[in-house]
Amino acid sequence: MSLYGVPLSDSRGQRVLHPTRDEYVKTVKALLDDTFVMCADLTAVDFLTHPGRTLPEGITAERFEVVVNLLSIERRERIRVRVQVPEADATIPSLFDLYPGSEAMEREVYDMFGIAFTNHPDLTRILMPEDWDGHPLRKDYDQGRIPVQFSADFPAREPQS
Amino acid sequence: MTDIVSTIRGGNDPEQGLKPRSEITARELLREVGAVLRMSEADAAKLGDIPVDPSEDQTMIINMGPQHPSTHGVLRLMLELQGETVLRCKPIIGYLHTGMEKTGENLTYMQGGTNVTRMDYLSPLNNELVFSMATEKLLGIDGDIPERAVWMRMLLSELNRMSSHLLFMATNGMDLGAVSMMIYGWREREDVLRFFQKVTGLRMNHNFIRPGGVAADLPEGWRDDVLHLLESIPPRLDEYDVLMTGQPIWRDRLQGVGVITQAEAMALGATGPILRSTGVPWDLRRDQPYLHYDEVEFDVIVGSYGDAFDRYAIRLNEIRESIKIVRQILDRMPTGDYRIQNKKVTPPPRARIDESMEALIHHFKIFTEGFKVPEGEVYVAIESPRGEIGCYIASDGSATPYRMHVRAPSFVNIQCLPHMMRGGLVADAVAVISSVDPVLGEVDR
Amino acid sequence: MSLIKDIQDDGFGGIPHNAITAKLEDLVGWARSRSSWPASFGLACCAIEMMATGAAHYDISRFGMEVFRASPRQADIMIVAGRVSQKMAPVLRQVYDQMMEPKWVISMGVCASSGGMFNNYAIVQGVDQVVPVDVYAPGCPPTPETLIHAIETLHQKIEDGELLKRRKATGAGANLHVTEIPAGAQPVPVILGTR
Repeated sequence: MSLYGVPLSDSRGQRVLHPTRDEYVKTVKALLDDTFVMCADLTAVDFLTHPGRTLPEGITAERFEVVVNLLSIERRERIRVRVQVPEADATIPSLFDLYPGSEAMEREVYDMFGIAFTNHPDLTRILMPEDWDGHPLRKDYDQGRIPVQFSADFPAREPQS
Repeated sequence: MTDIVSTIRGGNDPEQGLKPRSEITARELLREVGAVLRMSEADAAKLGDIPVDPSEDQTMIINMGPQHPSTHGVLRLMLELQGETVLRCKPIIGYLHTGMEKTGENLTYMQGGTNVTRMDYLSPLNNELVFSMATEKLLGIDGDIPERAVWMRMLLSELNRMSSHLLFMATNGMDLGAVSMMIYGWREREDVLRFFQKVTGLRMNHNFIRPGGVAADLPEGWRDDVLHLLESIPPRLDEYDVLMTGQPIWRDRLQGVGVITQAEAMALGATGPILRSTGVPWDLRRDQPYLHYDEVEFDVIVGSYGDAFDRYAIRLNEIRESIKIVRQILDRMPTGDYRIQNKKVTPPPRARIDESMEALIHHFKIFTEGFKVPEGEVYVAIESPRGEIGCYIASDGSATPYRMHVRAPSFVNIQCLPHMMRGGLVADAVAVISSVDPVLGEVDR
Repeated sequence: MSLIKDIQDDGFGGIPHNAITAKLEDLVGWARSRSSWPASFGLACCAIEMMATGAAHYDISRFGMEVFRASPRQADIMIVAGRVSQKMAPVLRQVYDQMMEPKWVISMGVCASSGGMFNNYAIVQGVDQVVPVDVYAPGCPPTPETLIHAIETLHQKIEDGELLKRRKATGAGANLHVTEIPAGAQPVPVILGTR
């Protein structure tokens, strides 16, 4: 199956397009022209610890995957676009010119995964403080817990009176 | 104590905020305005309020929030003012970032509900619902949910919509200075919460709708409680009409304030009452029906001006539509199981545990290890009171989601603020924020 | 306190002349506890319950607390209602620093008290790492009843507290010190009580 020359797969009854990075903007543009006027969601997945996932033939699995959910209000349809982004060159073109609303979502992906969006007008962190180290939703980023301490020699607090 | 603060990072983050005009060139300014308003630079230039010489700085940047009494939590806005007029505005978010998506990767599908329910804390049941529906779709059991569970989900979802919109009435009134409205809104919301407490045990953050059904059956006497709600709330909504809708001060303060056009709303991805206020009849309950919304009668309320008053009126009338839906649910509520009888996801009933070792082991395994979900990925969207809430889950075949992402309506809707505020008065800023009805827990997750 | 209790029980009926004598400390504590104005510091879910406490049904004005002050300068009690993120912690501290002495803090809900279920990189694991806390209200979110109980506990504490010894000379409170939580690196245990 393919659509606009891009492999099309079915995931639990939902249509998913798998363009390469070079075809990405072209495919989304074609979808935009085909009544998919709203970019409902843009996110990413870090497949560091799960490389053997199922993908259509001809698509090489890379570490990152940018996932875009598009919505056609006219036809009441949804379609999903999944793009492989290699770790070595974690950049992908921005959809800002097609869907202005994707601006904040791309900033979130940049913040959380460190995927840079080329031609994005304001690529700064959005959720974390600007000087934060690392990208929290990457799989090699620790959840950062504080061990819960129940030891008996827990240092006593100074009484506050 | 001051050194502690410095070790916890600065908190100001000037890179993310607006820069004064004197510090940037005209081109950078154009780019910034374009980015904030989500326009191409050419379109931004056409707006015409970009001065030729940035050194002639006659404007002032003020900071609103993150701790501001009327920003609905910890929203921070940077407003650039020329006199009383807002020229630029940029929402700066992340002050409530809770790392829920990361936490969600470490909780099983069984536990995931506790996590997502705390995102949009004004409509927790809708959050649980979308997460459960996504999980069920991954498991392939989305068609097998018992009828009673489905109707119960609808009942709770609609009542939640009512409580959420009632809270909007209260906070919207409070933000505009109608303090009695705040008291009234809370009074009605308490009634709904009391019902939730009876059904789920909690007033908020219920974790009641779970993959496979709901956590428990409706308690005895639930029908009378719902009927009581349906009786008491409509006359009070009429009271609101008298108090606010027709009142000239209220109309003057909201009409024509925070206008957004249809094209802007669509391009920005706004959903829910914001999109409907511009005249787009888009409601997922009708247009992509889930549960049994295709079997109940209700109207999609649509505005025509895209201003704060339309958004207020839409929400007020959506409460009435929800009441209509709840009445139909009462008539059609079937008997039967409240959760799916599927060994994989359903723990055995409490009585069985006492008599059967296998049941005990089964129960223990489900609650300690969770259930495994086949590999795959889905995106499920439903209509929350604030718009389209979507849940994207990628599974690697284990008992925890590999990636759990929630498309939060407030996160997208709040990005409309710069458009709504541009050219308006700073005194109306609060009314505009209030009319978007953002929930910051959901914006920052 | 006994005098005040007598008056509470019998009114001024038992007192022949319209003059009362009491320890200044008692009177000040009594006055302070009965008009302690909270700063509205709503963060997350708990803020909604805090507002519900302020609304008609639970009616926080019974305790002289209905005036939620927008300005920290006018407030006596900060109710930290909700999870405190790393990005918010400095803001919280700044609001606290702007409040006038005497000031008290209620940590409302498990997220503010201990991080709650969000034991991760983004949330400060207990607001007592940032400001000194007087009363912790449990619950997720605490019901208005729980918050009212916390408020009453605090009121009792204010009444019974010694007037002048409340804060140490530094102005600091619980004397807790914690280093930055490195989220990306290996977990580091928090050392409490040392500086």
